[in-house]
Amino acid sequence: MSLQEYFNLIIVPILGISVILVFIRFIKGPSLADRVIALDMLILISICIIAVYSIVYHQSTFLDIAMLFALIAFLSTTAYAFYLEKRERK
Amino acid sequence: MKSLIFRTASTYLLPLMLLFSIFILLRGHYLPGGGFVGGLMAAIAFLIHSFAFGLKETKEIIKINPGYLMPIGLVLAVGSGMVPLFVNDPFLTGLWFEEPFRFIGMVGSALFFDIGVYLVVIGATLTIMFSITESV
Repeated sequence: MSLQEYFNLIIVPILGISVILVFIRFIKGPSLADRVIALDMLILISICIIAVYSIVYHQSTFLDIAMLFALIAFLSTTAYAFYLEKRERK
Repeated sequence: MKSLIFRTASTYLLPLMLLFSIFILLRGHYLPGGGFVGGLMAAIAFLIHSFAFGLKETKEIIKINPGYLMPIGLVLAVGSGMVPLFVNDPFLTGLWFEEPFRFIGMVGSALFFDIGVYLVVIGATLTIMFSITESV
């Protein structure tokens, strides 16, 4: 099995199934914190998909997009935590 | 936020992310990047600092009101577009220096346009986010 087949037949389906599972948690999520973590997880999986894509198509510039995406995900998670903490204090 | 890990990390993240935003700004002419993404990165760097230390300390670092960055950037962008008019070229024609500069590469009027966009994006994003943070 070549590296290309390994990515297309094993890695991408695993990532796709995990996107669906995390999205179910995002819709069901009893509390707001569950939804925030599910959103963070969705962005992390999409970073993995970008990494796989950049390896398969030999485009190293896509990794910068993944890095930017990770930074924005970190910012959004901290922002949600910040506002949740502020709301609870009131 | 009262988290020691987050505070320590944010002091190191601020200069690193500003450096990376300038790298993206300079690379933007031939490869992915440019003024908009670089400005967004710089704004995110200041935002993470403001979440860790509070709005007051971040405003002391920036020194000037971020709202003033928007007109400065717009004037820079329009001015770089006006420069070709003096040598009888159409508006927004790209003019380039003959020799590449060290570390920066080729410098032309497009770079100054991008710097203008960079300043406008920083100003707009920080103004929006600071006013949201103050009102919560």
